[in-house]
Amino acid sequence: MNATLLPVLPVLLPLLGAAATVVAGRSAATQRIIGVTVLAAVAAVAAVLLVMADRDGPVVAEIGGWPAPVGIVLVADRISALLLLISTIVTLAVLVYAIDQRIVDYGRRTASTTFHPIFLVLSAGVSLAYLTGDLFSLFVAFEIMLAASYVLITRRTDATRIRSGMTYVIISLASSLLFLTTVALVYAATGTVNLADVATRVAELPTGLQTVLALLVVVTFGIKAAIVPLHFWLPDSYPNAPAPVTALFAGLLTKVGIYALLRTRTLIFPEDHPSTLLLVLAAVTMIVGVLGALAQNDLNRLLSFLLVSHIGFMIFGLAVSDAQGVAGTALYVVHHITVQATLFLVSGLITRRTGTVSIDAMGGLAKRAPLLAVLFAIPALTLAGVPPTSGFVAKLALLQAGADDGPATAIVAGVVILASLLTLYAVMRVWVRVFWGEPKEPLPDPDPHDDLVVGTARTSRPMVVASAALVVVSIAIAVAAGPLSGITSRAGDDLVDRTPYRTAVLGDGGAP
Amino acid sequence: MTATPEARVPWDRWDAPAEDWMLSGECPIGTERTLLLELAARILFPTVLVFSLYLLLVGHYGPGGGFSGGLVAGLAFVLRHIAGGRSEGPEIGARVKVRPPVLVGLGLGIAVVTALVPAAFGAPVLSSAKFAFDVPLLGHIEIVTSLALDVGVYLLIVGVVLDLLRSLGSGIERDAREAAAANAGEAA
Repeated sequence: MNATLLPVLPVLLPLLGAAATVVAGRSAATQRIIGVTVLAAVAAVAAVLLVMADRDGPVVAEIGGWPAPVGIVLVADRISALLLLISTIVTLAVLVYAIDQRIVDYGRRTASTTFHPIFLVLSAGVSLAYLTGDLFSLFVAFEIMLAASYVLITRRTDATRIRSGMTYVIISLASSLLFLTTVALVYAATGTVNLADVATRVAELPTGLQTVLALLVVVTFGIKAAIVPLHFWLPDSYPNAPAPVTALFAGLLTKVGIYALLRTRTLIFPEDHPSTLLLVLAAVTMIVGVLGALAQNDLNRLLSFLLVSHIGFMIFGLAVSDAQGVAGTALYVVHHITVQATLFLVSGLITRRTGTVSIDAMGGLAKRAPLLAVLFAIPALTLAGVPPTSGFVAKLALLQAGADDGPATAIVAGVVILASLLTLYAVMRVWVRVFWGEPKEPLPDPDPHDDLVVGTARTSRPMVVASAALVVVSIAIAVAAGPLSGITSRAGDDLVDRTPYRTAVLGDGGAP
Repeated sequence: MTATPEARVPWDRWDAPAEDWMLSGECPIGTERTLLLELAARILFPTVLVFSLYLLLVGHYGPGGGFSGGLVAGLAFVLRHIAGGRSEGPEIGARVKVRPPVLVGLGLGIAVVTALVPAAFGAPVLSSAKFAFDVPLLGHIEIVTSLALDVGVYLLIVGVVLDLLRSLGSGIERDAREAAAANAGEAA
C-alpha cells in the first residue's frame, strides 16, 4: 500500500460504509457491524498517520495526481492526525452508545435507513475538514458535516426539537454563506484556494485587505466554534437533541471550527505578538459561558454553557500566537473533545435513570447509582482542571504559554484561572444537588410505548461501557501527558513555523 | 364573535395543501385523468431516459456528466409521477422495482470504489486512465475510467429524485388523506 493512500482513507472509508449501510437498510445488525468496523478502521489509519507525521513530517495525498496548488491535496500533519485520532475514538464510542440507546431505530426494533449512513457521512465530513489542504474543500467538508448534522439533530422529532433544529439550521446556513463569501473573496484577492499557496500570496496583499479577510475568517469560524458573542445558538439547539447526538456535536463540531481557526490563523494570518481581539474574545467567552452555566437548572443546558466557556480557553492559546500558545490550544482541544462528549453521554445516562434533565428534580443518585456517580465525577473534575487530570495538564500548558507575553496575556491568564474555579463551582453544584441529598423518585417515562425505558435502574451495559471507555481515554490522556505534550508542542512549532506544511504541499518552492 | 378561519385551523396546518396537487390522489381510473399529459409522458419517458444516458456518456469531453444525466433521468420519473402518481394511480405512475435508498447507496458505493481502485495500481486516488477501442459500426471509441464515477453519481441522483417523489410527492398526499379520513372519523 502506498503512503499517499492513507490520508484519503479516513474520508472514503466512512463514505463507503455509508453506502453499504444504505444498501443493507433492512438489517440492523449488518448496519451496526459496518458502522463500528469502519470507524475502528479509521481510528487505526489515524493512529498510523500520527506516527508517520510525527516521525517523517506531513503525509500528503494529491487527489487524481494533480499537484498543488492546482489540484486538491489532503495533508496529515501532526495536529490534523492527532485531532483526527481523538475525534474518531470519540465518534466510535458515541456510535456504540447511540446503537444501544436506540435513537438509531426510532426506539423500535426495526432497522432505519437514516441513522447509520448519516452518522458515517458526518464522520467523513469531520475527517475531510481535518485533512484538507484547500480552502474550498474545507467549505465542502463543513457542508457535508452540517448537512448530516441537520438530519441527526431533528431525529425523534417533537415540537421542541423542531424549534431548536430550526435555530441550528438557520445559523449554520448563515455561517456557511459567510464562509462561501470568504472563500470567494480570498480567491478573488489571491487567485488560489490552496491553503499553503494562499499563505504565500496573502502576505503580498495590502494590510487593510489582509485585516478584512482575517476578520471574516474569525467571524465565520467563530460562529461554528460558538465564540461569545456568536454563541447564542448553541445552548438553544444542542441540549434538545438526543444525548449521543449532543455529545457528538459538542465534542466534535465546535472543535472542528476551532481547528479551522487554528489552521487559518497560524498558516495564513500569522502574528508575531498576542492578538488583542482574540484575547478579549477569549476572556469574554470564558466568563459569559461559565456565568451562563451557573444560572441553569437544565443539566444539558448547563453543560452547553460550560462548553461555550471552554471554547474561550482554546481561543486564549490561539490568541497568544506563539508556538507555546498554539501547542496549549492543541492539547486543550484533545482533552476537551473527550471530556465534553463524556459529560453529555453521562448526562444521558442520568436522564435515563431519573427521567428528567431538571437538576431540581434529581437527588441522592450517589447512593442509588454509585457507578454513575463515578462516571460523572471524573470528567467533571477533569473539565474543571483539578490535578492530576488531563484538564489540569491542558490548562497548565495554556497558563505557561500566557505567563511571559506581557501584561495583557497575564490578565487573561488570570481570567483562565477564574473561569476554571467557576467551572469547578458549577460542576460541584451539580454534584451536590444531583448526587447528594435525599433520593427523589424518578419521573415517569414520557413515552412509555417506545423501547427507550426512562426512569428505571435498568441501564443497558454497552451505554455504560461506551461512557466508561471515554472516561478511561481522558485518564489515559493525563497518564500519557508527557509524550502527548511532546507531540502537541512539536505540532505548535510546526504550525507557527509554517515551513514544514508549505514545503510538504508545494515542494521546495513553498518555503517562505 | 365568530372565529376567523385561520383561528379554527390548527397553526401547523395553515400551509397544508387544500387539494391534491397531483393526480396521484384518489382518482379512480377513468376519471380526472389528463389524456394529453399521460400520452406525452408515455412518449417522452423513453426518449428522456436515452437522452440522460447520452449526457452521461459525453460528460467527459462535452457538457453533461453524471449529475446532469441523473437529473434529466430523474425528471423523466417526475413527469410520470405528475401524470399518474406513484403507488395507487394508473399504470403510468412512477413505479420502480428498486427501493430508492438502495439506488443512492449503490451510486455512492460505485463512486467511492472508483476513487479507490487506482490506488490498487499504484496511482493516486481518483486518477483516471483512458482506454481506446475500434468497434465495428461505432468506430473509434475512447472510454475514460472516470466514467464509472459518473455512473455512480447518476445512480445516486436518480435515487435521490425517486426518494423525494416518494417522501415529498406521494407521501405528503397520503398524509393529507389520512388526516382527512381521521377528521371525518372524529366528526362521525
